[in-house]
Amino acid sequence: MVSFSAVAKRYPGGQQALEDVTFSVEPGELVFFTGRSGAGKSTLLKLIPAIERPSAGTVIVNGQNVDALKRSAIPYLRRNIGLVFQDQKLLYDRSVYDNVMLPLAFSAHPPKETARRARAALDKVGLAARERSNPVQLSGGEQQRLAIARAVVNRPALLVADEPTANLDAESAARILEIFLAFNRVGVTVLIATHDQALIARYGRRVLRLEAGRIR
Amino acid sequence: MSAWLRHHRQALSSAFRRLSLLNALVIGIALALPAGGYALLESVRPAGARLALEPRISLFLEPQAPRADAEALGRRLRADPRISAVRFVPREAALKEMSAVQGLREVIAALGRNPLPDAFVITSNADIADELGRLPGVAHVQADAVWARRLAAAARLVQFALALLAALLGAGLVVVTFNTIRLQILTQRDEIEVSKLIGATDAFIRRPFYYLGLLQGLVGGGLALGLVAAALALLNREVGVLAESYGSAFRFSFLPLPEAAGVVLFAGFLGWLGAQLSVSRHLRAIEPT
Repeated sequence: MVSFSAVAKRYPGGQQALEDVTFSVEPGELVFFTGRSGAGKSTLLKLIPAIERPSAGTVIVNGQNVDALKRSAIPYLRRNIGLVFQDQKLLYDRSVYDNVMLPLAFSAHPPKETARRARAALDKVGLAARERSNPVQLSGGEQQRLAIARAVVNRPALLVADEPTANLDAESAARILEIFLAFNRVGVTVLIATHDQALIARYGRRVLRLEAGRIR
Repeated sequence: MSAWLRHHRQALSSAFRRLSLLNALVIGIALALPAGGYALLESVRPAGARLALEPRISLFLEPQAPRADAEALGRRLRADPRISAVRFVPREAALKEMSAVQGLREVIAALGRNPLPDAFVITSNADIADELGRLPGVAHVQADAVWARRLAAAARLVQFALALLAALLGAGLVVVTFNTIRLQILTQRDEIEVSKLIGATDAFIRRPFYYLGLLQGLVGGGLALGLVAAALALLNREVGVLAESYGSAFRFSFLPLPEAAGVVLFAGFLGWLGAQLSVSRHLRAIEPT
């Protein structure tokens, strides 16, 4: 599903974020990426939807060599990847429902179907009753769940989450993790970056540890 | 409804929500100047258009000269190879023609008898006005073409000035739209960034801005026409009083329909152009990080 081979990323200015990173994630897997802040977790995840491009090596997602993709092909790559960010990147000028509708705006589904999908996604993350609220009225955990609903509404085969539980209390964090596990159980490949060791230990899944840009 | 059509409808309705009437009014006021000037020019032009632009010379005979002399002169003129056309205007016909001119009927009626001489209207490319003036029986020669040409040149000058003004204000329209779209892109920065992250194509992101530019131009063009119509209505109230005192029914008329439609469409095109320039310059700068 996702495979990195000898990937390096050097930012302009000389900072080496990743070096010789090689790994492969099979379809249906759930993998944790861990390591200190600045170890390269975020950079690694950003290479998958081509938010960043590698300086060397190849990144293959869904059988596509991401680096070879034309600019115009990137949107179609991203439609197959659900992205969840630490800062949820929600839009505060519209309702919870409209935030989830956003990825459906450019889909080819008829309006009835998109409305049904949006409500189903909100239901899965337990926000069905809050669809008319504004995201600012939601708690931190609820905002993160809304971000997940937006990420999965197009039913992507791959979910990528960068520190989805940062700044959340243990209970909210556990709830977020449960949602990811539920998607994983129905076959969605899930990649999660987190520095929360306790959380990782509890689930006993595959862990890739990053240290100074390398996988240990 | 197909998805493509739905996407366009969504982009259009989003543009409608973001349309600023104030910006459209700025455009409207700017375009009202050349459009109004054009309407004024076109209203005055029919009076000028009746004057021939071909090189015409009018030959007026002595008043009360016998018709036989006139006919002899006519034969001589028709035989001249430098003259391409000769039209005889008997004094009775000239009087009748003159009576048709607004305001002159009363003057002529007051005279009691026909004061006009027989005349020839000649078309010739040669410079023979002076020579014709020396012919026997000719009282006066007038080369119409000279002042008809001057009038036409003056009209062309005004027209050119209006075109220049239109070009200048059209460029202003593009700049106004460019800036509106730039500000709109900045306010929607978050939305654009998120849209790119979740897989919106460039075309999808650009579309509402194109529609906004187009719409702003079209509404601005419409407002310009409204302003021109209002200004002409006010002007005509005053003109009416003046014209009636001359026994004339003259009024400034509104732009002909094709020209009016042209103003709106042209404004729409310029709005679209401004949006296009702005979007291609400002949208690429917003990339998710």
